[in-house]
Amino acid sequence: MNSATLAVETIASPHAHGGNSVARTMFRVQMALVPATAFGFWLFGWPAFFLWLLTILSCLGFELLSLKLMGSRRIKGTLWDGSALLTGWLLALTLPPWAPWWVAVIGAFIAIVIGKQVFGGVGQNVFNPAMVARVALLVSFPVPLTQWVTPLPLMSVGAPDFVHGLRIFLTSLPLPDAMASASLLGYTKTEMSRGIDLLNSLAGAHAPAMSWIGARSGSLGESASLLILGGGLYLLVSGIITWHTPLAVLAGLAIPAAIGHAVDPAHYLSVSAHLLSGAAMLGAFFIATDYVTSPNTGSGQIVFGLGVGLLTWIIRSYGGYPEGMAFAVLLMNALTPVIDRFAKPRILGRDRKGKPLDIPENKGA
Amino acid sequence: MGFMNLFKHFLGNDWGVHPADHKHPAAAAPTRKLPIPPRLHLMLSQHVGAPSRPVVLVGQKVKKGELIAAAHGNISAPLHASTSGTISAIGEITAPHTSGLPGMAISIDSDGEDAWLDSEPVADPFALSPEEIANRVAAAGVVGLGGATFPSSVKLNLGRRSKIDTLIMNGSECEPYLSCDDRLMRDRAADIVTGIRLMLISTGAQVAKVGIEDNKPEAIAAMQEAAARFDKVSIVPVPARYPMGSDRQLIVELTGREVPSDARAADVGVIVHNVGTAYAVQQAVCLGRPLVSRLMTLNGGAAAMPGNYEVPLGTLISDLVAFTGGLKTSAAKLVMGGPMMGTVLPHLRVPVIKGTSGILLLDAGEAAELEPEACIRCGSCVKACPMGLLPLEMSARIRNDDMDAAVDLGLSDCIACGCCAYVCPSHIPLVQYFYHAKGELSARQRTQLRTEATKKLATQRQERLEREAREKAEAAAKRKAERAAQQAAAAAAAQATTTATVDTVKQGESA
Repeated sequence: MNSATLAVETIASPHAHGGNSVARTMFRVQMALVPATAFGFWLFGWPAFFLWLLTILSCLGFELLSLKLMGSRRIKGTLWDGSALLTGWLLALTLPPWAPWWVAVIGAFIAIVIGKQVFGGVGQNVFNPAMVARVALLVSFPVPLTQWVTPLPLMSVGAPDFVHGLRIFLTSLPLPDAMASASLLGYTKTEMSRGIDLLNSLAGAHAPAMSWIGARSGSLGESASLLILGGGLYLLVSGIITWHTPLAVLAGLAIPAAIGHAVDPAHYLSVSAHLLSGAAMLGAFFIATDYVTSPNTGSGQIVFGLGVGLLTWIIRSYGGYPEGMAFAVLLMNALTPVIDRFAKPRILGRDRKGKPLDIPENKGA
Repeated sequence: MGFMNLFKHFLGNDWGVHPADHKHPAAAAPTRKLPIPPRLHLMLSQHVGAPSRPVVLVGQKVKKGELIAAAHGNISAPLHASTSGTISAIGEITAPHTSGLPGMAISIDSDGEDAWLDSEPVADPFALSPEEIANRVAAAGVVGLGGATFPSSVKLNLGRRSKIDTLIMNGSECEPYLSCDDRLMRDRAADIVTGIRLMLISTGAQVAKVGIEDNKPEAIAAMQEAAARFDKVSIVPVPARYPMGSDRQLIVELTGREVPSDARAADVGVIVHNVGTAYAVQQAVCLGRPLVSRLMTLNGGAAAMPGNYEVPLGTLISDLVAFTGGLKTSAAKLVMGGPMMGTVLPHLRVPVIKGTSGILLLDAGEAAELEPEACIRCGSCVKACPMGLLPLEMSARIRNDDMDAAVDLGLSDCIACGCCAYVCPSHIPLVQYFYHAKGELSARQRTQLRTEATKKLATQRQERLEREAREKAEAAAKRKAERAAQQAAAAAAAQATTTATVDTVKQGESA
């Protein structure tokens, strides 16, 4: 026995680790997105795939560039921890599936450089990077960001092949009329502004189908609400997220929607239309649950989620934009530090205000 | 995970973590007794409180169990020879602590006979008075054997003084790798129950509840059998979850009472002792045998013969490792205690002390250093923290040297259990941050005390100088006044003479 062979490091306990890592967490979230994304590719064809690929690659590129410029000592590890890749993936899912290439690149720049690295990189950003990019794109380039394509499944007649898909992606030609469509939320908002209420507009011949299985127009990750829900449930079961945020978001959206629809069905969409449209599911399970920009206690997450849901419903029902999830998330992101300040767990042996509990007069009572 | 646990999990009310326990096969192996090594080193400070004072001289012959160092002060514990032999040195050796700094120890060269000092066993220990039991426990040098090493008699007396109603026996042994309490409960259940009954008398508590994690079914069965005849002692299986063995958590689990943040367990009517301590109490009171050896676990990937060993106090860990067949592979990290809260040892040539519940020889895989990354605010640490703290927020404050903000967030409530760092996906050494901050705070407190003391001295000196100056001035003024009075008197006298003369002259003139 030679004690010199022991190269003991002096470091505080614990001397064991549960094995979780940032990369593993991010990878699991990405796995949860695979079914919905694959469905999106099938539904919208090659251009959607190119859009997804370029968004992710651009995000990784901008992340690498930022880390280099900032002189990071841990470039490889940070680049491959999956956070930039996930941001790109989520951003791609919120874009119109046939959006041109430059939307992907500019979006990635806004998400990674302005939304994340400017604040100090992973873990430091105040706002959800994907939502910052999505909103900035929507405000700056309203036309390509609101052009929805009719679902044209990959193998069906008229669907663009690989080369044609690449051309659509790279040339950003205006969509032929036959292929243009509207999302449910967009369509009803437009009709409403023309004075046609929901009862008439939804009964019209051009009304977008509201399909539960998701074969309808919308952004890349919007259509497959149930697949998103499935992915979200996987995250719940695997313990990546807790039930607090998603349930609160969906409740915050569904409760006012139910009341509104019951009071005035001509002006307020039904609960199912709200829950299955737009980014409701994606937002509830994947966007609002973002660790960095949401509160870190269960009670805080409930407040945060209810706020996101309610704001989404308000923007959808009264705002100028048909969809409000991204705005709602950003607004609540700004409130997160405040929520965190008030929603703290109770410390064992102290009351909610942090005062030590009273010593009982009558012991054992 | 049972239904209740699942429910609690969904409510977010599942503090703590479920680490892989690594207790087997060490727990299943029968206890082995270490032969007496040629030389033993007994640290003078192996308990909470003042170090004990040697009462032997170098060269003196001692028997096993003979007092070699006496308790010093109210909170301290005596030390006894752990084998028979000759005192060979009283001096410094490396203490079993991360720093590798030396500490005072008494070294004994064994004579190989291991002969006990004569002691008369008590006929009926249960007839002893509560004070007498506590005195015998104190004289035997029994301290908390769960690792806290607080002198047990002090706690027994405290329990009696504060009129506690429940004695909680900690048999949870929630640290991974360790199984010495498990082994002790399986093998010596009857003795432990006797110790518990003595402690009940001594503390004046009505009932004793023994909390044992449900991952030790053999220990639960053995203890239940031993305690079956005694109504006052109940065995309560508790869910296996780290840190169930932390006193505040175990008290909530067993009694539903919450110890206020600034209070002691006795303030809510309970006292917590370890089952190993109960065994030591039984040995001390019934057999008159002081604490000279303990059961401890040797475990880890590099241990050739993992298992539980009865080891004389003061045995060098290198002797233990040599006896058990050396190292299987090179040990990357050497830990005293469990992996969650244990301390890293500088090398193997340090002695076993009363608080050594285990020695872990971790191999390269177990001791892998993980590179810390940025916090992603995932909140895993918040969910894991058994105290309801916000480790991520506290560490962020500490990183910015804002200790006051960290204290406001509850730093002083942190029990350093390590759950937060265990679950952290970014591998941030959170406990290291908290140790650092606590050290910084106590250093600051000391500086403040020193500053205050200096200030007080300076003020006193200033006052003294002023007083002296004042007194001097007063004395001078007094002298001056006296002189002035004298002069005045003299002048008055002279005047009187002159006047008298003048009068005489006048009289003469008028005459």
